[in-house]
Amino acid sequence: MSTADRMDQIKGAVHTAVRHDSAENHVTGRSVFIDDMPNVPGTLHGALVKSPYAHARIQSIDVSAARDLPGVHAVLVAADIPGRNDVAPIFEGEPILAEGLVEYIGHPVAAIAAETMDIARAAEALVVIDYVELEPVLSIDDALNRKSFTSPPQIMRRGNSIQGMADAPHQISGEVRCGGQDHFYLETHIALAVPQEDNDMLVYSSTQHPTEVQHGVATVLGVPVNAVTTEIRRMGGGFGGKESQSTIIAALAALMAAKTRKPVKLRLSRDDDMVITGKRHDFLFRYQVGFDDNGRIEGIDILMACRAGNVADLSSSVLIRALCHADNAYYLPNAHIHGYPCKTNTVSNTGFRGFGGPQGMVAIETVIDHIARDLGKDPDDVRRANFYDKADRDTTHYGQKVEDNIIMEMVDSLSREIDYPARKKAVAAFNQENTVLKKGIALMPVKFGISFNLPTLNQAGALVHVYTDGSVHLNHGGTEMGQGLYIKVAQVVASTFQIDIDQVKISSTNTAKVPNTSATAASSGSDLNGMAAHDAATQIKARMAGVAADHFEVEESEIEFRNNRIYARNDSISFAELAQLTWENRVSLSATGFYSTPKIGWDNDTMTGRPFYYFSYGACVSEVVIDTLTGENRVLRTDILQDCGRSLNPAIDLGQIEGAFVQGMGWLTMEELWWDEKGALRTHGPSTYKIPGSRDVPPEFNIHILEDAPNREPTIFRSKAIGEPPLMLALSVWLALRDAVAAVGGPRCVPNLDTPATAEAVLRAVDDARSRAHGG
Amino acid sequence: MPVRFQLNGVLIEEDDVSPSMTVLDYLREMKGLKGTKEGCAEGDCGACTIAIQSALGRVKSVNACLMLVPQLDGMSVTTVEGLSGPDEAIHPVQQAIVDHHAAQCGFCTPGFVMALHAFTQTGEALTYDSVHEAIAGNLCRCTGYRPIVDAAVSLGSKAEKLIPPAIEQTDYYTDGNEDFFAPRSLDQLVALKSEHPDAFILAGGTDLGMRASKDRQPYGQVISTANVMELNQIERDESSVMFGAAVNYTRALPMLEEIAPSFALLVRRIGSRQIRNLGTIGGNICNASPIGDTPPCLIALDAVMIAHGSSGRREISADDFFTDYRKTALGPDEILEAIRIPVPSPDLIFRAYKVSKRFDQDISAVVGAYALKIENGIVASVRIAFGGMAATPARAPACEAALMGRSWSMETAMVAGVALSEDFTPLTDFRASQDYRTRVASNLLQRLYLDTTQPDVPVEVMAL
Repeated sequence: MSTADRMDQIKGAVHTAVRHDSAENHVTGRSVFIDDMPNVPGTLHGALVKSPYAHARIQSIDVSAARDLPGVHAVLVAADIPGRNDVAPIFEGEPILAEGLVEYIGHPVAAIAAETMDIARAAEALVVIDYVELEPVLSIDDALNRKSFTSPPQIMRRGNSIQGMADAPHQISGEVRCGGQDHFYLETHIALAVPQEDNDMLVYSSTQHPTEVQHGVATVLGVPVNAVTTEIRRMGGGFGGKESQSTIIAALAALMAAKTRKPVKLRLSRDDDMVITGKRHDFLFRYQVGFDDNGRIEGIDILMACRAGNVADLSSSVLIRALCHADNAYYLPNAHIHGYPCKTNTVSNTGFRGFGGPQGMVAIETVIDHIARDLGKDPDDVRRANFYDKADRDTTHYGQKVEDNIIMEMVDSLSREIDYPARKKAVAAFNQENTVLKKGIALMPVKFGISFNLPTLNQAGALVHVYTDGSVHLNHGGTEMGQGLYIKVAQVVASTFQIDIDQVKISSTNTAKVPNTSATAASSGSDLNGMAAHDAATQIKARMAGVAADHFEVEESEIEFRNNRIYARNDSISFAELAQLTWENRVSLSATGFYSTPKIGWDNDTMTGRPFYYFSYGACVSEVVIDTLTGENRVLRTDILQDCGRSLNPAIDLGQIEGAFVQGMGWLTMEELWWDEKGALRTHGPSTYKIPGSRDVPPEFNIHILEDAPNREPTIFRSKAIGEPPLMLALSVWLALRDAVAAVGGPRCVPNLDTPATAEAVLRAVDDARSRAHGG
Repeated sequence: MPVRFQLNGVLIEEDDVSPSMTVLDYLREMKGLKGTKEGCAEGDCGACTIAIQSALGRVKSVNACLMLVPQLDGMSVTTVEGLSGPDEAIHPVQQAIVDHHAAQCGFCTPGFVMALHAFTQTGEALTYDSVHEAIAGNLCRCTGYRPIVDAAVSLGSKAEKLIPPAIEQTDYYTDGNEDFFAPRSLDQLVALKSEHPDAFILAGGTDLGMRASKDRQPYGQVISTANVMELNQIERDESSVMFGAAVNYTRALPMLEEIAPSFALLVRRIGSRQIRNLGTIGGNICNASPIGDTPPCLIALDAVMIAHGSSGRREISADDFFTDYRKTALGPDEILEAIRIPVPSPDLIFRAYKVSKRFDQDISAVVGAYALKIENGIVASVRIAFGGMAATPARAPACEAALMGRSWSMETAMVAGVALSEDFTPLTDFRASQDYRTRVASNLLQRLYLDTTQPDVPVEVMAL
């Protein structure tokens, strides 16, 4: 990787702020999303019949009237599935069409393929289903009481938490809840299934996980995996919502296509998308903690109960990540962290940027905040008292040594940069003078583990061809959802070959080109696929170097690839000339690359190991104001310092930091999933479910990428993952809102503020703080 | 007669498209213009934003998902594909988005491009505040908006003004199954309404359009008020302002700023720029939604609705107009012709407060509108109305009684707030609980007191 250490002269090298490869296509409307692909004549459109009950037995289904509607080509139910009706990503028993039992409002029961979408939707109402209602379980609390889980509880334990708490000078306990979150990718779920010869199926799927789509379609159709090809050029946003959920949509489209022998497009309306597909897990936390006079934790017990929904999906993995982030950046000497994936009659929740990590951090940050306010201390002093040290107190509660700890330096640096102590004083002064409006300010440190928790998933493949004119074709298993993975990997290939990036053709992710891939998830896209592509390019480069050495009659070690040319002593030829020469010499210009993350391991029985190759760090301070009459609130200023290692592309990384922060802010403030007493989601479109708009972004929003911070592990060009970690910086907003509420209650007021901190939630917390201050 | 419009510079005549087809479906499915996206089909995400311009009007951003094809009659329509120059040169708005790394997944991008393009055509200064207002109807889930706003502000106001051609419009369009009437005069409108009492009256269509976009239902017969001359007038005399029922919010705003700035501020928070470019005060009133934002203001300001039917014109006070949940006092043959708002006297204090989950483009949990006079520290007159508190927008008589004749103090405000519980028993729904609505409505009286007596002290979070 010597090329990385030298200033590259090529266009689009790593570490430069190259534009997103699709930028011009995006702004001109030329970027093709699946719904934009030219219609093949005869393509049918799909619609789904959905359960109106949260829990009911299906007595009978009569599809005849729907089937008879002119223009309808198929109305399919579970019994029509030729293979196995199961697309569970981890466990078993997750049907694409309900079999005998519906388990949430919106549960698909039948799939309709018709000549137009309007006909398909009109036919929905004609399917007659006879249900017998059963009692639903609609809340986490209810499921917890009934011990109704989608997979076994998971427990992480170190030391003796009971003894640790008992021996500590102070003990407190409490409860906090955090809400779920809809992904609200702008492009809803979509799949286009096109039947091929020999019962093969080509599926265009808006998915972060083409391989799982391929497997799911093969399972449902009862064909071998090699009969199915999945392709995706780009998604209109994913955020984890298209990791497992897209398999359901793709398998339904493929089922209809297989039955009708026609291409079938299944595009969910926004309402269907929000009702049928999973979201971020909401959590209930109950904690007990013992600590010393400085607020240093001596023993802790945290119950983490999440709403898994009707089936397991990825919930067990989400829960493990929540448990693994119950420490955030703090050393927990005696810890008992126990997680419960609650089975409820609501839509099955799924991965969402951070994947349980943000929720785990809500728990521990509540604890830290509670300790500080209980002791009458500044929460940041309690944070510092609990940060991991660089020796001794440096091992997580799941046994991983924190080797790359830079959290204290980052917090110090950010605090200095923004004169944090003076800002706190100014907030206090404002609160002295104002009765209706109150400000709050808070710091959020983040330590986030990078790698899939399950070691097996940490692998990737790539395919690189060099053509005889020197142009390069690049393919890998990662998917593009706007995050800039394609351009980052192209930068890696350009830098490896030392050619301009416009020589590198980026191509759609396709299971026929690179097989057996992992989801583009867990922030791992560029770490894994960048390395795999680097491996492929390096192999070809070595072969080309051999040809060049023969050509120039020098040692291979004397061959240098630099600025689109290949040098040997005083001679040189262009990259294109060498490509032609390599071909003439009958040497392969194509290679597959592979990467598997080193050093990692996990024991699922003891819940210990080194699940993470490294940690990504960040620090953030947000200042907010609340209206104590209405609970309305607003972020006034946010300052971020984020660790990107040695950034592959600072412009792309900046976009990830800003976007993740604003998405996290939405989760914690205005985005409210509201279910009625029957279990129906009533916020299922942007008119009722409010994600942040441009005016909600902090008017003062300063972001710094940590400089001179190469990853201490030899990751791709020493960069760090960036997709998820900055989302958790948004907890600073919620902590600042707590701080503002605490200002109403006076000294030692511990605010009761769950998330999302909507205006209503803030007003409730304000009233609660006030009533406790006045007599409570 | 076919509908005629210019699409990206080319004159189009359509005579067999269903009048119930949305412009979005038309562009994507019939014209192959796939740059315009569907993100929600309810006018809330902006991914389908296009620009339209009538022969005499300015360029407007609108949601293609909520518009019906006949609404394009006579318009020049620009989609993202039409922005590039004849040599395919990228447009300055597009270039700014590229240069600022302001597109990630790209699905929302064409909508932002078109919203900003329309905005640069308005001649307004490009400030952070004005840009927020211009793109409040566009959601992006990737970027966090900062680069988009920076891109917009970087444009400066140097857009070349587009001059649209005059295109002859039709007053009737049909595909043989459904009818779309576009009368030019009030007489024609009233006659059509008596002839077709069950026809849908379409003003801007920002609510009615969802029948096509989301419910996928045909309309049968539609009578559009958009081209009715009398309904598009704004007239002011010494004592009142008359808004024709088809005047859209954007056109109404300057006059509202003049007579009741707090009303105008509230209107700026109704929907988005795209919605306000089509949506009308008349539509907001005739919907009679309990959570419409203008009715409480109109009630507090003692406005009068001018109804017009086959037997002529009659006046209905705003107080009496909203009879039940989504029901009005209009007869089956009547249409709303205009709204007359008395010009507030200089000593009238008028305030409107809206509380919602998001500042921009959100439907209210509670709207309070207050018109009062204070003489020598005593409340000399008062009209207060709320939205979100009952099945209709409604006055608050107990609250008013608690204020009338009392000294204007914090104590009075608090007593009046408590009195609201006699006026309203609001519902719990996904926007707010009954408790919250009750509590906020009450507390807003305290805001009103502080707002009207201590103008230098900030009492709203947006003031900081």
